[in-house]
Amino acid sequence: MEDIIQVENLTHTYGIGTPFERSAVKNMSLSVRRGELLGLIGHTGSGKSTLIQHLNGLLKPTSGRVLLDGRDIWAEPKKIRDVRFRVGLVFQYPEYQLFEETVYKDISFGPKNKGLTGDALDRRVRESARFAGLDEDKLGKSPFALSGGQKRRVAIAGVIAMEPEVLVLDEPGAGLDPRGREELLEHIRAYHTERGNTVVLVSHSMEEVARYADRIVVLSHGSTLMSGTPREVFARGSELTRAGLDVPQATRIAMELRKRGMDVDPAVYTVEELRDALLAMRKGGAR
Amino acid sequence: MSKIFQTDNLTYTYPGDEEMPPTVALDGVTLDIERGSFVVVLGHNGSGKSTLAKTFNAVLLPSGGTVYVDGMDTADEALLLEIRRRIGMVFQNPDNQIVANVVEEDVAFAPENLGVPTEEIRRRVDDALEAVGMTEFTLHAPHLLSGGQKQRIAIAGVLAMLPECIVLDEATAMLDPMGRREVLNVIEGLHREKNITVVLITHHMNEAQHADRVVVMNDGHLVMDGTPKAVFARARELRDIGLAVPDTVALLRELKAAGMDVPVDAITVGDCADAIVRAFSGSTSAAGQPKSR
Amino acid sequence: MLKDITLGQYFPGTTLAHRLDPRTKILAVVCYIVAIFNCHSAWAYGLMVLTLVVSARVSKVSAKALLRGLKPVLFIIAFTAVLNLFYTPGTTLWRWGVLNVTHEGVVMAASMIARIALLITGTFLLTYTTSPIQLTDGLENLMGPLKRLHAPVHELAMMMSIALRFIPTLIEETDKIMSAQKARGADFESGGLVQRAKALIPLLVPLFISAFRRADELATAMECRCYHGGEGRTKLHVLHYQTRDYAVLAFYLALAVGVIVLD
Repeated sequence: MEDIIQVENLTHTYGIGTPFERSAVKNMSLSVRRGELLGLIGHTGSGKSTLIQHLNGLLKPTSGRVLLDGRDIWAEPKKIRDVRFRVGLVFQYPEYQLFEETVYKDISFGPKNKGLTGDALDRRVRESARFAGLDEDKLGKSPFALSGGQKRRVAIAGVIAMEPEVLVLDEPGAGLDPRGREELLEHIRAYHTERGNTVVLVSHSMEEVARYADRIVVLSHGSTLMSGTPREVFARGSELTRAGLDVPQATRIAMELRKRGMDVDPAVYTVEELRDALLAMRKGGAR
Repeated sequence: MSKIFQTDNLTYTYPGDEEMPPTVALDGVTLDIERGSFVVVLGHNGSGKSTLAKTFNAVLLPSGGTVYVDGMDTADEALLLEIRRRIGMVFQNPDNQIVANVVEEDVAFAPENLGVPTEEIRRRVDDALEAVGMTEFTLHAPHLLSGGQKQRIAIAGVLAMLPECIVLDEATAMLDPMGRREVLNVIEGLHREKNITVVLITHHMNEAQHADRVVVMNDGHLVMDGTPKAVFARARELRDIGLAVPDTVALLRELKAAGMDVPVDAITVGDCADAIVRAFSGSTSAAGQPKSR
Repeated sequence: MLKDITLGQYFPGTTLAHRLDPRTKILAVVCYIVAIFNCHSAWAYGLMVLTLVVSARVSKVSAKALLRGLKPVLFIIAFTAVLNLFYTPGTTLWRWGVLNVTHEGVVMAASMIARIALLITGTFLLTYTTSPIQLTDGLENLMGPLKRLHAPVHELAMMMSIALRFIPTLIEETDKIMSAQKARGADFESGGLVQRAKALIPLLVPLFISAFRRADELATAMECRCYHGGEGRTKLHVLHYQTRDYAVLAFYLALAVGVIVLD
């Protein structure tokens, strides 16, 4: 698979020349492949929020480059706005950015800025509302009359409506209860499969990333710690815990079982996998 | 053991406005909480669990029924300050409960309000910061701290009132796993060492493993009440109301369904692994499974 | 970006300037401002600059940090200077069309620049070395006598300290909302005045809603921590004047009186 985004030796330093100077991202390199659902994981302070704001040109690298389709996004600084339509970024707690009188108008904000009008605009608004799991009858309502979870869907629809080639979501499930979280992520997965678009899912929940991502990049202290399929990454479970990251509970159980002398595959990361592994072992042992 | 909270047929209705009809958030909740216990209140968003917490220190007054705190009626305005001093509240958003610009000033806020003498405030602030492990941040600006640290400051801020009980109203919901662990460790320590009653409102099922009692709310009703083991044994019902059991319990249930002889109530990762190892060594002595330790 | 604004920012430290009683520092700044507006000769301005430089040195605040504070008011300074330069009557030095630069105008413009710059940097030195809480404590204490006239001194001080507490939070929030709207293609930088004002709606509406939500939650949190107004409140830090405070006060008072009398 070819790369749609390449980050090369990216460094970003905040507050240069003040007592608060600090590099949030240090010489970081990674790539996002076209059409994949990439999980980006790291604890608070790992630099993930800083990184993703470079992907659509909201932040400018202190040094290093970000390539979109092989072209440096800062090659023509005047056209940086175009990059923002191509790489859609949904911030953490995005419901706090809603401002329009109706849900419909709020979702239209992005595509309108892109220059869309009339039927094309209408189609996109309705389609993206559907992708985000919003019912038609919500479109005419005030976004402020909706529940927290629904507001968040409006905000996500507002970015999907720009039809970005890459959709980046920062902690889309944060603060939602288990059901709300699962429903939202299922919608994102459906969007990914139906559209075949690239999605970058930023999370600090290993369970979440393990369940949805094709590939995982782990960030730690401003640089890339490791990357690979979920299986490859969770096989290095003890390294992850040392870096202060949680591994999925299923992986933790497997790690504990290995400590107790059972020969379980350390790379399992879902309950179902671990169950199957254990049942297979039992069969093997009983035979 | 005496009761710290007693609610009797507690009802709370949020008044509506032009756009929203009134909503019943609590509908006939009768619940006693023992002094010195660690209770986790579970429920999905909108189940009424946060509303329940807010009636515990008279932030909300019952629309119907009663709430007694240490035998004091929360509806009695003369007792308001005393009730609030005894019941410390920690809320969800760390940024919206820190009042002051310097950590120690923030922790001092409640004792200052209570008119505690200056030397005594100093002592309480230092003790509270030590209890939450934030002594080195005494003179820091709170807005530069991490989410977990801010919540620990908020906990120190209520500790300085010398409360009987701390109620955490989804205080871990906005934190990352590390911050959540920090806060839970502090809370467990306070419960264990200072014998403070803890009421932890959450939708993170894993947090229930620390409790000696789990209360489940749904649609303004109290639907389950028991030990964590007893509550998680009702996995199907939990799923029906939008909650999930921890993966440990889920795995054990799956194994049992497939015919293995395992208990289904081991909640922590360690207990779960122990249970599985036991099942294996019991059923399969042949073929070297498991390997000897 | 917005994060670079240093308005009212406090740099923690333990220098003499940090340890002074906030009331001393407030009164000193008042004296300093009085002195500035009574300066006429170059030597007086020189003395003012010298005082500022020494005070900054004592507080360990870098010149860079001080000058950065001037950035937001640069426009006002330039505007006042230009007005004074061209519109002060007197001996003409240079004339081009309707523009008439006089000797008096040059002097006036220069002294205006000096006054505003000194005023701002002097005040910033106060906020750099005094935590907002100390500042409000100091103000509340200095205004204390007004309580007898039923002025809501405690309430005002509390409001001010909360406002100061939330400045960094709201700046961060503004930054975040701005970024989020930019990510949806919002353009805050181009277009005419009307267009730019309109472009601010997507920023201001969420900001206000969020500020109200925060205020609401904070009020609840404060009540939960037994806040019930200023009555019967005690303090963690009680203000005490010490010898160093009297010394510093005496110096600044002398400065103000000296400039008024001699210059």
